[in-house]
Amino acid sequence: MGSRSELLYFAWLNTKVRVGALILALFVILAIVGPLFARHDPNAYVGPPAHPPSSEYWLGTTTFGQDVYSQFVHGLRATFIVGLLGGGIGTLLGVCIGLLAGYRGGMVDEILNMFTNIVLILPTLAVLIIIAAYLTVRGILVESLFIGCTAWPWAARAIRAQTFSLRAREFVDLARMSGRSSWKIMFYEIAPNMLSYLFMTFILQFGGAVLIAATLDFIGLGPTQGISLGLMMNNAVLWAALPLGMWWWLIPPGAAITAIVGALYVMNVGLDEVFNPKLREL
Amino acid sequence: MLALENVTKVYRTGALGLRKLIAVSEVSFEIGEREIVALIGESGSGKTTIGKMILRLFRPTSGVIRFEGKDIFSLRGPALKDYYRQVQGVFQDPFASYNPIFKADRVFALIREEFYPRIRRSAWEQRVEEALRAVGLNPSDVLGKYPHQLSGGQLQRFLIARALLLDIRLLVADEIISMLDASTRIDVLNLLGDLRDRGLSILFITHDLSLGYYISDRSIVLYRGRIVEMGATERIYARPLHPYTEMLMESIPRIDGRWGATSHRVERSAVLPGAFGCVYYPRCPIAQEICARRVPELAEVEAGHFVACHVRGGASSSAG
Amino acid sequence: MALRVENLRIYYRTLRGYVHAVEGATFSVGDGEIMGLAGESGCGKTTLGHSLIYLKPPMAYIEGRVFLDGRELPIWDMDRMNEFRFRHISIIPQYAMNALNPTRRIGSLIADLLATRGIDFRQILPELQRRLDLVQLSQEVLKRYPFELSGGMRQRVVMLISTLLNPSLLIADEITSALDVSTQRAVCEMIVEFRNRGFVRSTIFITHDMSILYQIADTILVMYAGQLAEKAPVETIFRSPRHPYTRMLIASLPRVGARQRVERLKGIPGSPPPLLDPPPGCRFRDRCPLAFERCQEPPPFVEVEPGHFVACWREI
Repeated sequence: MGSRSELLYFAWLNTKVRVGALILALFVILAIVGPLFARHDPNAYVGPPAHPPSSEYWLGTTTFGQDVYSQFVHGLRATFIVGLLGGGIGTLLGVCIGLLAGYRGGMVDEILNMFTNIVLILPTLAVLIIIAAYLTVRGILVESLFIGCTAWPWAARAIRAQTFSLRAREFVDLARMSGRSSWKIMFYEIAPNMLSYLFMTFILQFGGAVLIAATLDFIGLGPTQGISLGLMMNNAVLWAALPLGMWWWLIPPGAAITAIVGALYVMNVGLDEVFNPKLREL
Repeated sequence: MLALENVTKVYRTGALGLRKLIAVSEVSFEIGEREIVALIGESGSGKTTIGKMILRLFRPTSGVIRFEGKDIFSLRGPALKDYYRQVQGVFQDPFASYNPIFKADRVFALIREEFYPRIRRSAWEQRVEEALRAVGLNPSDVLGKYPHQLSGGQLQRFLIARALLLDIRLLVADEIISMLDASTRIDVLNLLGDLRDRGLSILFITHDLSLGYYISDRSIVLYRGRIVEMGATERIYARPLHPYTEMLMESIPRIDGRWGATSHRVERSAVLPGAFGCVYYPRCPIAQEICARRVPELAEVEAGHFVACHVRGGASSSAG
Repeated sequence: MALRVENLRIYYRTLRGYVHAVEGATFSVGDGEIMGLAGESGCGKTTLGHSLIYLKPPMAYIEGRVFLDGRELPIWDMDRMNEFRFRHISIIPQYAMNALNPTRRIGSLIADLLATRGIDFRQILPELQRRLDLVQLSQEVLKRYPFELSGGMRQRVVMLISTLLNPSLLIADEITSALDVSTQRAVCEMIVEFRNRGFVRSTIFITHDMSILYQIADTILVMYAGQLAEKAPVETIFRSPRHPYTRMLIASLPRVGARQRVERLKGIPGSPPPLLDPPPGCRFRDRCPLAFERCQEPPPFVEVEPGHFVACWREI
């Protein structure tokens, strides 16, 4: 009937969504295409140390002579991968647990709630340090897994609340009277009605994962190999990039993270208006 | 066919679940074949709760609901599906009964998936068409559309058609007319009457007495979770015995006469309604001392006409 | 004439164009008259009622003039209408009883409202107390929060607030639809009482429930799909309606005394036309058993006998 295209129309019309999506798209393209233009390996010592941006090294070099541009675009890729994986795992866990707790209620809800609360108050940093102590070699996968497994609680809470309100609706009663099993109802009746909510949850998880990853990398608890934006910032600060005037090392990664996460959050606010007709301005 | 025996539903509210909300209190009645029973009550009377318990959507706190002699809450698996094959419901808000992101036909598809998994497509389509025509809908007008493209009246009929796909014997209709426009109401109501004539029983839940009078054979009047009066519709309307029924009859706006002077508007300080005395005590103009102390029993005052009242209840008042 | 409306046209602005919600309404409400505004959902009665007092987007004023006690109401100008709202024209919106601010006591709510109109609460207080007594609410209500009151009590409070400054015109929008039968009656009787005591001069009572109008209205204006169908004194509407829609509507109302097995009532088959791109002429054409070629032209709303207006080519 046009309700889908109507949504897309409003989405495009909404400035916040448009601007946010464009910024994001820019960085995604950079992450995909950028490394193809990187002539050097990100961690290799290839050039004159602490050199400002030039035609040879587009974003200059680090204290050790590494190509900042190469680090930047490879780091972008890593950041996006963590965001997708970590955010994805977090969303999946949050949705499954939230749906189950919200729909079944009773004892199931109590137990899941307890579990959610425990994970919520876990001192993630402390746990990570302990894990870091045991896993001397860590990759992006482990990092994503860790982020996903600790970031889901608030998503579960939100989904649970939504499920509670949806489960009382009459079309759910109708499905029950049609003899549908609980699982079918949860995934085929309730979840599709929360699509906008699920979408926004994923966006927030994505943004959150990027931020957490950057933080972890910054304090040195990230992957032991490879490069990421957070790690770049870590190194830059460690080697006193700012006092020494090497702005080209510190600013790009920081600005990129701010821009990406900012764009995601702004898109989220805009999407809220898109999905909720009452918030729209006509 | 369907019997409720002392069904009670108590909700726990408040911070630690310490407060009790008694939605339904010791309700017993039966529904037989081929009859329309009107369950009449205002908000808070428990009528919707009773309907939902019959449809197995809520569990009673105590008491039994039997269908063909068997406790419906003991049913599992195939026996449960069999129950839904015979008992279905339609609710008040036609738009809320449909999952808004799917087409309206999906409610039929659900029935097919769960109850007729092996039926051939052509046979199914024929069945669907028959059901739609039986409720007065033109299949080409309503199939393949989204709920917001159809009117309230069409949606309600669609749901009745869905119930008919299953060879049901009892339909629970919970305020199905109240959200429809005046011009469509009577058509849906007439449809219910036709279905009754073809062998279906209907529990017609409503707060509108004129609708109940138009369509039902028997009426049950509820107040705050208790049955206060029960009997053949014509008897109840011609000669209401319970003060609450009287008040209802007086207050409905009619188009054949104006409201008379208000006979009573009493508000006694409530003494734990429902727990110790008659549930209508705080508002009753003819209440006596015993009404605050003892819950009146439902007594048969004339053939098939029951009242729960110490003053008007015939047998129990003389024993009290 | 307390209220006179001339050729009022109100549309809704949507993505796909204008929805013709009210198409050329011309009528008047006399002093002391309780006019029922009846019709099915989507007929435009709520739009008409709201446009007189609070015309905000997506409603769009297209044309028409409204006069209250001889003065023209600038309904298209939200700011200038402020001077009239609450003082001369007031509204009890639908679901108002659920819209009371739950964090304020009733008394302070009223005080705030009056302050926005430059009236001192203490000056009004004696009158407010008299009216509380009239509607059988205790003085304690002023110190309570809305959630401490029952639905019926809240509705009475809202009615009181809306009529506090004795407006010339009161618009009551579906104020009985969510209430129990006994409260419904009390609310209706209050509307009549307000008029009898002069708290309100004229009232427009919007509802889809015709039987309530039979009890309290003096005249009834029936709307269909944005057009006015018939206006007449209440007895005439019920006993001798002339518009086909009104006739079929009255015939479909169940009354206590009518049983299906004895006398089968009939509804009106079909449904109202879409108002986004409405068909020309009389909008009841497609469902009307008496339609003929002339109905392609919109029938004028004319007085066929004193006080009885009909818009139907068959009746002129």
